[in-house]
Amino acid sequence: MEELIEKLKKEVIEQLNLEDISPEDIDTDSPLFGEGLGLDSIDALELIVLLEKNYGLKIEDPKDGKKIFHSIRTMAEYITEHQKA
Amino acid sequence: MEQLINANIRITPFQVSVNGRTEYQAENFITFAEFIKPFFKSLNLGYPKFYKMDSLSKLGFMAAELMLRQIDLTRYDNNRVGVVLSNSSSSLDTDLAHQQSIQDRSQYFPSPSVFVYTLPNIMIGEISIRHRLKGENAMLISERFDSRLLFTYVNNLFREKKVDVCLTGWVELLNEQFDAFLMAVEPSTATFSGETSGALPFSPETMDELYKTT
Amino acid sequence: MKSVYIASDNIITSLGTTTSANWEALRNGQVGIRNISDPLLYPSPMPLSRVDNDLLEESFQLLLKEYRQEPGASSFTRLEKLFILSVHDAVSGLPIDYRNKRTLFILSTTKGNINLLETNTDPLFPPQRAYLWELARVVTGFFGFSNTPLVISNACISGVIALMTAYRYLKQGLYDQAVVTGGDILSEFVIAGFQSFQSLSPLPCRPFDEHRDGLSLGEGAGTMVLTTAEGKGVGQQVKITGASATNDANHISGPSRTGEELGLSLLNSLQEAGHQAEEISFINAHGTATRFNDEMESKAIAYAGMIQVPVNSFKGYWGHTMGAAGVIESVACVLALKENVLIRTAGFEEPGVPEPIRVITGTEKSEMKSCLKSASGFGGCNASILFEKV
Repeated sequence: MEELIEKLKKEVIEQLNLEDISPEDIDTDSPLFGEGLGLDSIDALELIVLLEKNYGLKIEDPKDGKKIFHSIRTMAEYITEHQKA
Repeated sequence: MEQLINANIRITPFQVSVNGRTEYQAENFITFAEFIKPFFKSLNLGYPKFYKMDSLSKLGFMAAELMLRQIDLTRYDNNRVGVVLSNSSSSLDTDLAHQQSIQDRSQYFPSPSVFVYTLPNIMIGEISIRHRLKGENAMLISERFDSRLLFTYVNNLFREKKVDVCLTGWVELLNEQFDAFLMAVEPSTATFSGETSGALPFSPETMDELYKTT
Repeated sequence: MKSVYIASDNIITSLGTTTSANWEALRNGQVGIRNISDPLLYPSPMPLSRVDNDLLEESFQLLLKEYRQEPGASSFTRLEKLFILSVHDAVSGLPIDYRNKRTLFILSTTKGNINLLETNTDPLFPPQRAYLWELARVVTGFFGFSNTPLVISNACISGVIALMTAYRYLKQGLYDQAVVTGGDILSEFVIAGFQSFQSLSPLPCRPFDEHRDGLSLGEGAGTMVLTTAEGKGVGQQVKITGASATNDANHISGPSRTGEELGLSLLNSLQEAGHQAEEISFINAHGTATRFNDEMESKAIAYAGMIQVPVNSFKGYWGHTMGAAGVIESVACVLALKENVLIRTAGFEEPGVPEPIRVITGTEKSEMKSCLKSASGFGGCNASILFEKV
């Protein structure tokens, strides 16, 4: 899980063009939206693309997005749970 | 009622000039990204949204940023600040990137953050957001920089009393070719602050001259 | 200052190739959005408003004959054919010499010949055709217009900006007449993009409705000929008396939270025309049926003090025709004024926006004086234009 979390942090930085941010700056359990990284509605949609592109996971109901993308950890948990071996 | 060009900005590969004075220069043979990012960083703006922008918007944004260090817009009602820009290739630079992302059906991952920039007026949006400009705005397309096109549009805005000040110019970028020429147009009766080259009459002839020499 | 009248117009959409065919369809409540299965546009079927291709080709071939052009002489892209047909229908029969230097030509489009970027497209057209100024040149070249076309590409408000610009220039006396045309085609490019935004509804769109869940894409072309000519047999029944553009300065894809910037545009147009809210017979809103747009528009209308003015959206009939929308929908507004008919908002059933705007639910006769057409688009831009009966 830890390896996935580190990988995810790098991927999020890349996918969302968070240039001035390094993986160490992202707290695994802090909310991604709201304060913190200052992500917006387009970023939320980009995370959906990230899951599909890098992990082959399609989010059927966009409303699930709020739960899945709450934090890096919830993203990692979702991936671990749903990814085919 | 006449207008004056009170400041002008020019960004070309690879230098930036403000009112005809070179303010920033980079070595030749670098990419646009290698040019614009250090330039952006050198201004210490603390505006991370910049990194999400496409190249065209980055170019327009930087031109506007420099412009608004020359002209004090706080003197104006932000509902009466106009932004009228033009270019030749619209958003083709980003269009190609979006097309690339959907070309191969087996690698089909259209990105919303790319798609949103496939409209040339988005850079006006970025400038408006940054400087809270809510007035008249328009994106015009012409084969080359067309001083008469811009003059007619902007002069009409002043005549119709739609704006009290207007940013106008040419912001063009495609692949590694780029050229930004931005002017601040104010009524001749406005007082101005900041360093200027001396106000010039707002006319197609002056615009052509500035475009040729900066 | 000159008065600016509407001399003629044309609409080409899924519902027909003339203004009257489209108006007839609107009066009959005919919806042009259908479930279309075309793998070239999108892998699975989706609701789209598409111009009948056979009809388009047939009409264009007839036009070539009329202009005595060999069918194979030059090639035109699908969008160019739409533009040319639309402009032709609008200018033919007019007692205006539109080829002279006193005629302004404005073209509005968001993506132009964007399908030419597809690498599997038949390379019949030089890469230069992807440039919007070249597209415009091809269209004006067909007719022999004198002036370089003025091209506007300003997201979904392009059509309104185009009409606004023509109105302002004619008012100033820079030209005597203006041919304003707006157009866009459906493409894989645009559909994929809007899908990535999750802003497309799986069903025909439902503007202002409680259960609205996105827009339906459409294509088409629309043309309006404006003139300052007084009493010269061009039937001046409707004129433009106000217009305004603003920017939300909030977010590049999400609209303003308060709607006050669009509201200000409405107020500016109203003020310029010298009217009060009570004199407006209806507002034709942008009404794309996305949750955020319609919400914002209701707030804007409330902000402008026009809550009691009947509101409709045409997007339920034609879908969102992007660069064509501002012109096509304005043509319909003008016709509504002339015919004294309020057109119901197709797709609307139950109110679902924060402000209690009066959405038009039944097509009916109503004495008209003037109307406001509004549009909003990516980049936070807004525009409105006021039409009134002479």
